[in-house]
Amino acid sequence: MSKFLNQLFGREKKSARQAKERLQLVLIHDRTDLNPHKLELLKDDLIEAISRHIEIDPSAVRIEMTQDGRQQRLIADIPLNPVGKRRLSQRYG
Amino acid sequence: MAAIVITLTSGKGGVGKTTATANLGAALAAGGLKVVCVDADIGLRNLDVVLGLENRIVYDLIDVVEGRCRLRQAMIRDKRLSDLYLIPAAQTRDKSAISPSDMVRLCDDLRQECDWVLIDSPAGIERGFRNAIAPADQVIVITNPEVSAVRDADRIIGLIEAEEKGPARLVINRIKPAMVKREDMFSPDDVLELLAIELLGIIPEDENVILSTNRGIPIALDGKSRAGQAFRNIALRLRGETVPFLDLFEQAGFFGRLSRLIRPGGS
Repeated sequence: MSKFLNQLFGREKKSARQAKERLQLVLIHDRTDLNPHKLELLKDDLIEAISRHIEIDPSAVRIEMTQDGRQQRLIADIPLNPVGKRRLSQRYG
Repeated sequence: MAAIVITLTSGKGGVGKTTATANLGAALAAGGLKVVCVDADIGLRNLDVVLGLENRIVYDLIDVVEGRCRLRQAMIRDKRLSDLYLIPAAQTRDKSAISPSDMVRLCDDLRQECDWVLIDSPAGIERGFRNAIAPADQVIVITNPEVSAVRDADRIIGLIEAEEKGPARLVINRIKPAMVKREDMFSPDDVLELLAIELLGIIPEDENVILSTNRGIPIALDGKSRAGQAFRNIALRLRGETVPFLDLFEQAGFFGRLSRLIRPGGS
């Protein structure tokens, strides 16, 4: 009964929806041999490499996988600190 | 003649490769084309029983490859369809008894003999699978609408691409429309979104498949069965015809027609 009520109020996902979401994640890892732990290590390396050339805010860096047909893409979103802010931090930091 | 060689594979076992091979072979042969079905599942052969030809086996695939018989001696003619032939797998050997290049050579000879060669691949991603796809001009991946079968299909599709045998086309077997309707089973669209390959056919779950397999008569020859219709449609698509996909939610009988009248466009 509680399951029925949950479904009625949209609190519990249909099982096919759950299966699809789980499988989407599994397939990304199967296709790329990249698990969340490896992705985290990659992100740290990327931040370190970029920081050697330009100032960034490590906490704002986002890395995610997207799917384009059967092609997996690694998307990195790395906001750069504005130049003015950098000058200030150099002067007073 | 210069046959087209098609390999049916799946990764996971038990999704319907052998049934699909038998039925596509029967549907193509019923349309007047000469078809040879090759059972590449050495050591675990079943295409012979599904086609009802188990009592007629004298020579098998390995006998041809090892030169104990001529190609035509190993081709068993079907009981009903004079254009359908089976080359059975050996039952007392294993996958290492032949190599991918043996399969390529065998199929090059077969190309002269018929219009279509259908190869029933064993499950798995090892030697047997590699033997089965080596001679393929086209590859069909069979899956069921459930997580483990779709995951394995994805893996096998990647391997087919890596062997430069792609793009594979997909057959989704054993769909239960009622479960799809209440969103407790993947719809064909869900599976296509996950696997991102071209759809070749959808086959609804149909008890009659078991009955016809019990009798050794391909269900594609049963004019009334929905699964049989689905297999015949796939055979037509292989021949290059455009055939609409089965409407999974089409309701048969008086009440089905009534509900369609009341709710046109619904479901």
